[in-house]
Amino acid sequence: MYCQQGKFYLDPWSKVDHAIISHGHADHARWGMKHYLCHTDSKAILKQRLGKDLSIETMPYNKPRTINGVAVSFHPAGHVIGSAQIRLEYKGRVEVFSGDYKTQPDFITTPFEPVKCHSFITESTFGLPIYRWKSEDAIQKELHNWIGYNQSQNRTSVFVGYSLGKAQRIMSLIDGVDEVFVHRSIHNLNEAIASSGYKIPKTQLLTADFNKKDVEGKLIIVPPAMLDSRMFKRIPNAATAICSGWMQIRGNRRWRAADAGFAVSDHADWDGLISAIKATEAEEVYVTHGSQATFSRYLNEMSIEAYELKTEYGEEELANSETKTADA
Amino acid sequence: MKAFSNLISAIEITNKTNAKIEALAHYFKTAPDKDKLWLIAIFTGKRPPRPVKTTLMKEWCMEITGLPEWLFLESYSTVGDLGETLALLLPEPTGQLDLSLHEWMTELKALKSKSDDDKKAFVLEAWAGLDQQERLIFNKLIGGSFRIGVSKKTLVNALAKYSGIDANRLMHSIIGKWSVDDLSFEALIKGQHINYDNSKLYPFCLAYALDKELDELGEPEDWIVEQKWDGIRGQIVKRNGEIHIWSRGEELVTSQFPELVEAFSGFSNDFVIDGEILAIKDNNVLLFNDLQKRLNRKNVTKKLLAEVPIGFCAYDMLEDDGDDIREQSMQSRRHQLETLFNRYTLPNNIKLSHLIAFKSWNELPEIRSNSRQINSEGLMLKHKNSSYHSGRKKGDWWKWKVDPMTIDAVMIYAQRGSGRRSSKYTDYTFAVKKDDGLVTVAKAYSGLTDKEITEISQWVGKNAIERFGPVRTVKPELVFEIAFEGIAFSKRHKSGVALRFPRIARWRRDKPVEDIDTIESVKQLITSP
Repeated sequence: MYCQQGKFYLDPWSKVDHAIISHGHADHARWGMKHYLCHTDSKAILKQRLGKDLSIETMPYNKPRTINGVAVSFHPAGHVIGSAQIRLEYKGRVEVFSGDYKTQPDFITTPFEPVKCHSFITESTFGLPIYRWKSEDAIQKELHNWIGYNQSQNRTSVFVGYSLGKAQRIMSLIDGVDEVFVHRSIHNLNEAIASSGYKIPKTQLLTADFNKKDVEGKLIIVPPAMLDSRMFKRIPNAATAICSGWMQIRGNRRWRAADAGFAVSDHADWDGLISAIKATEAEEVYVTHGSQATFSRYLNEMSIEAYELKTEYGEEELANSETKTADA
Repeated sequence: MKAFSNLISAIEITNKTNAKIEALAHYFKTAPDKDKLWLIAIFTGKRPPRPVKTTLMKEWCMEITGLPEWLFLESYSTVGDLGETLALLLPEPTGQLDLSLHEWMTELKALKSKSDDDKKAFVLEAWAGLDQQERLIFNKLIGGSFRIGVSKKTLVNALAKYSGIDANRLMHSIIGKWSVDDLSFEALIKGQHINYDNSKLYPFCLAYALDKELDELGEPEDWIVEQKWDGIRGQIVKRNGEIHIWSRGEELVTSQFPELVEAFSGFSNDFVIDGEILAIKDNNVLLFNDLQKRLNRKNVTKKLLAEVPIGFCAYDMLEDDGDDIREQSMQSRRHQLETLFNRYTLPNNIKLSHLIAFKSWNELPEIRSNSRQINSEGLMLKHKNSSYHSGRKKGDWWKWKVDPMTIDAVMIYAQRGSGRRSSKYTDYTFAVKKDDGLVTVAKAYSGLTDKEITEISQWVGKNAIERFGPVRTVKPELVFEIAFEGIAFSKRHKSGVALRFPRIARWRRDKPVEDIDTIESVKQLITSP
């Protein structure tokens, strides 16, 4: 996405000079840009994922900066740590690029703030009314019950979730129940996040040659790519839970050979999408990745002018070989 | 209903039969007897008829949620199950209803004769008092299948684990004539309403796939050779005037095949015979695909009886007027089977398996290669001295199937696998040419090496055009040879054909997509009998 007046790109896919990045997921923050601009909390994440020598500038939330006459500011998107909606203002016209967002507050990310604008670019990953998430407290209770049941059966609770975002969210949900071990890819991100001063729950590294006795009956978080691995198979008495918005549907829960599926998503649910869009009071809405056709049709029927926008976002796992299931 | 709801959640999340049995056995240990009885009734097709039409339920849901119909349908097509779609769309419950399974079922039974207004009031009250999972179960109790992979066999194994009663006896008990109203749970599992001695089956004798040259088998005259018909292995047990038909999976399937019951009622002797249940019309054996239309039906309609008549091809005899003759030689058992069949004028649909006459091994390959033309899968080779073993024993019963048919097709959808394959795209859908476009012909997920799967997964990642949940539409570019055991016309498939046991034979990197099969060339593989 290119801003002509400002001469910069938002979450670009090919190599450009000036890129403004909404958040650290690989389909939004790609490698090879000359200069990056992202939220303060995303800096360490980008460096950890894309390389130490990046040229990165940062901005906090709600502090505009003018680039070639365009006022640019970041606003909390509630998606993952450091995720931002990008607000652009030029000659009195305001456009907001939401990136990925989640309206429901959780225990770890800065909560979503709606931004009034003329035109709003929204995601629609879960743009169907069948997707409505439970409250964070209810989800926490479910996870704790599941862990309790597993521990009564001497089983190790293994959560599967994408390294950035989902893993930290799970950490916040299960913090304090028992020792938590995380896979190295999550551990490295945790260290980067913590080094920038962001407070996250304490975890231990699950080393490649972990001692089975140390982890038995405890809690473990691994990224989806690990499901296939020898390391995963070494986990003693594992009960596996996939944490993803797709788990809302029975067929998806059953299709994977996991012991449980929890609908824990970093994306807005149906009600969240609608309330966010209404709160922007936007004159026109552009709908990207997910159910753009369905969702924009519904918005138009509600007298909100909406258009489908084709992008390549949401194909994160392709760049990562991690599954969509756990990143959503 | 909490306990039943937990049971369904536990069963649906696992694909391991043992875990399902464990969960069911736990339910049998803890639930009230009346609930257990209903559970068995529900999973054996003995539940009352649907009291509320699905169209009404859909209407009420749209009314409550205010969603337009197209969006309701869009949601339905994503979820793929009406009861679940309703459960997901309805707003959070406002109250809490706590009825047991048998209380719900009693209410639902009574609902059938009430007015639509009364039905609506009842259903809406239930929806408002149940959480999402309970609501789904409530919708399923009204009608529709749970689709959680609980076969009668699974149910019976769980009952056996709980009660210590023999599984096959339990099978007879739950299949037998009984109703929730006139039998207690104890009486049901103890089988007070049946006489198990009349149905008891023998373990099936199984064959291995031939893994050596024919002349390594010894002298041809020591062997009998028969067609290997592609039906369902069945054991017909006739004792004291009762007839019971067991399938190879040790399920009682008697009620599914009334023609066989009728045909064998004409025999005055008692016996147990082994053979193949087949669809036979005008003296020709039909395809398995046709037979499938007759399987697992609650009611067999007259139309279906005429369209797909069932027959039986007998090839072994295990019990003769009360005597267990399984230890006798194949030749002697065959002789007794012939004697039995010679005593009666056989009904048209009952056949004695034809013994293929041959003098030397080298006559057999040609006979086998012609099998497909008569809808046989190949040949069976049995040693004349073999007894009827329990289960599988290598050496004296061999199956020698014909080579599979193949077509070249292009991959159009890819989906991630499950379990250890969940990080890779392993489940593919294939298409052949039709007019200017493509049409789906098969889904397959086996036959490639791990290395090939990795390579294809990466390709799918780069070449995905669209996504629907876990499914990716890909550029039609990769060509595969698809092997299968049979092919038939099918009205249910968009392509008009159904393949039996499709799998990937190999990845044809050498073949451009222009050279794949057309739907016409695929249909030519269908031989009309």
